[in-house]
Amino acid sequence: MFDQLSDRLQATLSDVRSRGKLSESDVDAAMREIRLALLEADVNFKVVKSFTKTLKERCLGAEVLESLDPGQQVVKIVNEELAALMGGTGSELAMASSGPTVILMAGLQGSGKTTACAKLALHFGKAGKDVAIAACDVYRPAAVDQLVTVGERAGAHVYQQGTEADPVDIAEWALGQAQAERRDVLIVDTAGRLHIDQDLMAELSQIRKKTKPHDVLLVVDAMTGQDAVGVAESFAEAAEFDGVVMTKLDGDARGGAALSVKAVTGKPILFASTGEKLEDFDKFHPDRMASRILGMGDVLSLIEKAEQQVDEKQALDLQEKMRRDQFTLEDFLTQMRQVRKMGPLSGIIGMLPGMGAMKQLKDADVDEGELDRVEAIILSMTPAERANPGMINGSRRKRIANGSGTRVQHVNQLVKQFDQMRVMMRSMASGKMPDPQQLAQMSGGAPRPKVRRR
Amino acid sequence: MVERLEHEVDSGAVPADGAAVRDRLIEILAEVAATGRAPIDLSAEPAVLMMVGVNGTGKTTTIGKIAWHLSKEMGLSVVLAAADTYRAAAAEQLAEWAHRAGAELVRGEEGADPGAVAYDAISAARARGADVVIVDTAGRLHTQSNLMEELAKVRRVIAKQIPDAPHETLISIDATTGQNGLRQAKVFSEAVEVDGVVLTKLDGTAKGGIALAIAGDLGIPVKLIGVGETLEDLRPFDPSEYAAALLAD
Repeated sequence: MFDQLSDRLQATLSDVRSRGKLSESDVDAAMREIRLALLEADVNFKVVKSFTKTLKERCLGAEVLESLDPGQQVVKIVNEELAALMGGTGSELAMASSGPTVILMAGLQGSGKTTACAKLALHFGKAGKDVAIAACDVYRPAAVDQLVTVGERAGAHVYQQGTEADPVDIAEWALGQAQAERRDVLIVDTAGRLHIDQDLMAELSQIRKKTKPHDVLLVVDAMTGQDAVGVAESFAEAAEFDGVVMTKLDGDARGGAALSVKAVTGKPILFASTGEKLEDFDKFHPDRMASRILGMGDVLSLIEKAEQQVDEKQALDLQEKMRRDQFTLEDFLTQMRQVRKMGPLSGIIGMLPGMGAMKQLKDADVDEGELDRVEAIILSMTPAERANPGMINGSRRKRIANGSGTRVQHVNQLVKQFDQMRVMMRSMASGKMPDPQQLAQMSGGAPRPKVRRR
Repeated sequence: MVERLEHEVDSGAVPADGAAVRDRLIEILAEVAATGRAPIDLSAEPAVLMMVGVNGTGKTTTIGKIAWHLSKEMGLSVVLAAADTYRAAAAEQLAEWAHRAGAELVRGEEGADPGAVAYDAISAARARGADVVIVDTAGRLHTQSNLMEELAKVRRVIAKQIPDAPHETLISIDATTGQNGLRQAKVFSEAVEVDGVVLTKLDGTAKGGIALAIAGDLGIPVKLIGVGETLEDLRPFDPSEYAAALLAD
């Protein structure tokens, strides 16, 4: 996502940054590049025009050109304006002060509404809310079945009346149920509809009238082209949506829809859906996304992810063990699992500052299978072996390899890597910096995750 | 394209007035759109069609429409393979279409191996002497290399059973998709040799201009278009009509 745009903007900005002084024509040239980059990314042309105009005015301001480091100032301005284009600092959903918060989901066919409903339900469920979903898509075959399955997987209750009932009636009935059962959140799934289908758009505003939602969310496929703007405008008229859920952001779409929708409708992107699994759903932070596009990383999201997953007490325990040289393979396993809970490694790499510029890493596809193998090997060891890898002799190695479906040399590699790691920890604990040669050995001779280029 | 038109106007082959230039442009666009055009080949017995594409582009709906057309209008016997074993209720959705079209459905458990479902469907079709097998696959983003590999495997499984199969691999592309559609077609066709495009959701405001790029750059023609939700709303692609619509306001 955003890769191409990101590459072009970063190239332009690094050129600007490398200059000691900026003339007006330098700024002009940079603006031209930025304009082209945005147009190629399917950003609506009106949006591009006004964006570069604001950008240019700010960049030509006296405080930029006369500052000590004008290039850096320009980068800062582009970052700020890009964030503003996508909605500034993150916006929040409106929540009900009492009774269930009602969220109505709308969008074109195939934009991902039903999946987004379940993901949103899980998002609220994680925050301790009691969530229900109303199944109002009675048109698409098996849409209700799909919602029941994914909704329950997300831990939400699904209110459904099959496909014979009228969607407006189902919505109204579901709201009554949610109130009676004191649910915290009611998400209303609706059928996909074309923005020019007047009957279905009228039905949508009927559902809106009957359920009085606190938030109406438009679900938009990130791969939508220039048409996104027209769609968003029509839905804004009929459904007066409050925010956008951007789906399929894990593809390689250039992000035109994501960059245009706020500017055209004034409604922010609230959530981003980034994968096949129900957990692949995050709050959208325009400021952080802007930093990522410009290759400045997104350390804030990374920290948040880590905080969600890492148990503080466990972390302290681990630290203590490392200090006392009591770190075992069991601890290594725990640690590895914690890191993996944060999501695929390739996603984590993308959030690190400067990584965007490292081509090999960006295109790298970290082979999660290697990590699975390490896990399998450790799990095939007895507790005694995990605590004291020194006791693993030849016949034990053979047994472990058989048990984990790997080969003896894989077991050897793991044990060797672990030994080196302990040596390094010991020297760090005693206050010495690790020997660079040891570090090199560790990364060279160990069964590290294979990095292959796509 | 533009160069060619300019050249023709300069050399006097096309009169330099607005309407004539416009007509000629439509002709040229239609010509590009018609690149590599060939009818869907159903001569094999059974003929195997495989449907691929990104999530939410309309694969299952398109299959339902094709099955209806083949079965109700052409009198062929059709077997549908629910090889989308990933998405919840995908098989139920296809079952409903199979029911409407009077086709037979072969399905596996949720989470079953999609290749195995395709295999079973083809075996069933052969045993019963069915005319056409249509294999539905799970939607996947072309950037997910492991899922693309899975798709290639499904194709290999099919080819093992009938050497020339799948006889027709179609990718569904959402007409509202922007430049990304070209990437989708390219990556999918690297994985499974796509023969044609089904351009879906053309009943909206989107004109599906990306189809022109797909035909021009990759030589993969549009074969069918989807223009609505009912069974009859699947039509053969008409390049001239499409080109004229591209230029209409």
